[in-house]
Amino acid sequence: MSKYTAKYLEEKLAKELDAQYVQAVDESDGCGGKFSVVIVSDKFKGLKMLQKHRMVNSVLAEELKEIHAFSQKSYTPEEWEKVQQEKQ
Amino acid sequence: MAGLIRQVFRSNFTQRLPAALAQSHRFFSAEGNAPQTFTKEVLQKLVNTNKVVVFMKGNPEAPRCGFSNAVVQILRMHGVQYDAHDVLQSDELREKIKEFSEWPTIPQVFINGEFVGGCDILLQMHQSGDLIEELKKVGIESLLLQEANETDNKKEGK
Repeated sequence: MSKYTAKYLEEKLAKELDAQYVQAVDESDGCGGKFSVVIVSDKFKGLKMLQKHRMVNSVLAEELKEIHAFSQKSYTPEEWEKVQQEKQ
Repeated sequence: MAGLIRQVFRSNFTQRLPAALAQSHRFFSAEGNAPQTFTKEVLQKLVNTNKVVVFMKGNPEAPRCGFSNAVVQILRMHGVQYDAHDVLQSDELREKIKEFSEWPTIPQVFINGEFVGGCDILLQMHQSGDLIEELKKVGIESLLLQEANETDNKKEGK
């Protein structure tokens, strides 16, 4: 259980990471304990995947104490474009 | 989560797993370790005990969390031998390993004593092929690579 919502996470991540795209999905059926997020930000440039994930984890350090299941995909704008193209 | 597991299982390779691989890991329950003080030094030793070391919920035969299960399935596909530690057996281990790796969630995967990431990262490494490379660096040939090579050889033989 947590007091967090997808909207709250999106707003926080967008603000703290200057993200150009954030999508958070509450997969907990409303209890707020399980989220998956996609984040696209320039701040990820030049970082390895582990470093990107660490950056996101540090922004959500407090929240992750309560959110027990958290899945993230973190992309630079360039990587995100590629991902979008592959989907088509 | 269900989607994630499905993604892992979508690989054709899962269908042809040798039964012998079922015993590919050493499983440690934290209960057996005395004294139960997981200092930095103890944890460092623990992650250096095998080339691949996993901290998970449950054990590889019976993972007790979807993310831990995904890690087990991925490593199984690659035929990796690894040490598994069940953090549900010890609250202390569960907290201390998070501090040790500065990572807030379980499962956690270490290769050659170095923290690699959790489920998301391992899954992405698996999909991108990076996992095969990382394993190669520590002298482990991925089963997927072996199978790919065998297929190539057969083709050339024709």
